[in-house]
Amino acid sequence: MTAPATATPLAVPAGTPFRPLGPLVYIGAGIVAFIALAAVVSFFWTPFDLLYLDYAHRSAGPGTAGHWLGTDRIGRDIATRLMVGARTTLYVGIVAVGIAAIAGTPIGIVAGMVRPGWSEVIMRANDVLLAFPALLLALILAAKYGGSVTTAMVAIGVASLPGFVRVIRSGTIQVMSTDYVLAARVAGRRAPGIAARHVLPNVSGLIIVQASSAYAIAILAEAGLSFLGLGAPASVPSWGRMLAEAQSLLTIAPLTALWPGLAIALAVLGFNLLGDGLRDRLDPQLLGR
Amino acid sequence: MIWELLRRCLIFVVSALAASLLIFWVLDSGCAPAQSALGVNGTPESVRALCTQMGLNRPFPVQYLDWLRGAARGDFGISYVSGVAIGPQVTDQLAVTFWLVLGGIVVALLIAGPLGMLSALRNGRPSGYLLSGLSQIGVAVPAFLAAILLVLVFAVRLDWLPANGYVVPAADPVQFLRHMVLPWLSLGFVQGAVLTRYVRSAVLDELGQDYLRTARAKGLTPFRALARHGLRNAAIPVLTVIGVQLVTILVGAVIIERIFTIPGIGKGLADAAERRDLLTVQGIVFTLVMIALLISFLVDVAYQLIDPRLRTAARR
Repeated sequence: MTAPATATPLAVPAGTPFRPLGPLVYIGAGIVAFIALAAVVSFFWTPFDLLYLDYAHRSAGPGTAGHWLGTDRIGRDIATRLMVGARTTLYVGIVAVGIAAIAGTPIGIVAGMVRPGWSEVIMRANDVLLAFPALLLALILAAKYGGSVTTAMVAIGVASLPGFVRVIRSGTIQVMSTDYVLAARVAGRRAPGIAARHVLPNVSGLIIVQASSAYAIAILAEAGLSFLGLGAPASVPSWGRMLAEAQSLLTIAPLTALWPGLAIALAVLGFNLLGDGLRDRLDPQLLGR
Repeated sequence: MIWELLRRCLIFVVSALAASLLIFWVLDSGCAPAQSALGVNGTPESVRALCTQMGLNRPFPVQYLDWLRGAARGDFGISYVSGVAIGPQVTDQLAVTFWLVLGGIVVALLIAGPLGMLSALRNGRPSGYLLSGLSQIGVAVPAFLAAILLVLVFAVRLDWLPANGYVVPAADPVQFLRHMVLPWLSLGFVQGAVLTRYVRSAVLDELGQDYLRTARAKGLTPFRALARHGLRNAAIPVLTVIGVQLVTILVGAVIIERIFTIPGIGKGLADAAERRDLLTVQGIVFTLVMIALLISFLVDVAYQLIDPRLRTAARR
């Protein structure tokens, strides 16, 4: 059986060695699981009470008086604040990526299924949105409505949207050129049916991959925003704000700045490794680098 | 070819108009400036009167076109909050940020060029994995963490360089450089790690090409074959990425400028957002987004003009 010239096979071409998940994916998954676990555990247990101030041991080093990672300048336990801060990070990320995925997937599928002219219009609009990175959108929203977790989530979500639209569109175009979609068309299935029955299941892997990469960017953006004081309010612990507070104490207690910084870098690394590994596995054909 | 260029120009103009409309619409605040000018003493009548006097309740299209006409000339009006003319202020800040971003990109390229090439050539070998791993870690480090660590080491511990501040290059070039080294490195490390991955994949793409296999078959070492034939081709996607990422770098400068108290456009934007000075935010965002769109348009056009494959296609 010969495929039409335009058809690009979705499956991995014959001869491509099967690529097992590399060790890096498991490292990434492990990091993500560890951070998620820390966030969940923080609801039930933390080394110290969140509001407890240890005046006797301010800006203390790691291990002092039972503080695993030491204390900050007013005696708050850093490990505790990191655990609770993980909640903020994960929560903002989930909502932001959720906004981008839920809005971006249908737009991407439509852009991949409509006639090239309309597809071009959607992609140009997408490119305009691409000129507004998360931080810029967040500053715009903060100027208009005041900085808050909500404006941060919306800004990061909208900024992640173009990435989803692009990836899902290119996936959809590949699916639309397969024989089974041709067969479904011949059988009289209409576009919405094809989108739901054939396109969506086949691009779902891409959604997961893109979500993982977008999550990494969302964490960086959230940290940047709370570093500038435009994210979570001062009463809610967040890694970015902890880092900003530590900046003024760099000469006295440099380690205070190191821990939240490491937490951010570790979280981003985890999601990046996970996304990259899944990308290699889920579909080498569908995605560029 | 001509038609293709005209098409791109049209896309650029339409995108720029769409973006400006979006910016004006999102940051339009109705009568709020009149309200805050009068403060608590403002009665609804006096607010309405001042609003009309300030021209804030004219029809939306009229206000937009009026603003756009000014913005196109770099005139963004006078801030209701600070009372300063926004246009000249933005120009001054942009000049400062220009130096910051230029140096940052140079540092990023100096890091990404050699490392990306090396990591592509060593692909599949332990040293290749090590380099990829390092760039992965670099991507995960936020620019402000890099900045804080650099300040800690070079300003606090070693006391070699100033921890913050800015000196105009014309006033004292040496002090200017001393103040800019740490910001440049902060911006450059992080962008360099991102770029390394693009350079690596661009070089890997070229390594798989037939002409490089031919060059290798003629007896060139992988490195020389790449240097002579591959780099020129690999440079195109990398430059495209820099063009596309420029706005991210410009906005990323917000945080770097805040840490190092550099009076650039990023600091201006963050300060204006904090004071909720919508008119200034409008002006700065408009400037940044127009720069982003213009650069990606120019990169697009350059791509058309440079790529020999597209040239022959047009000649035919």
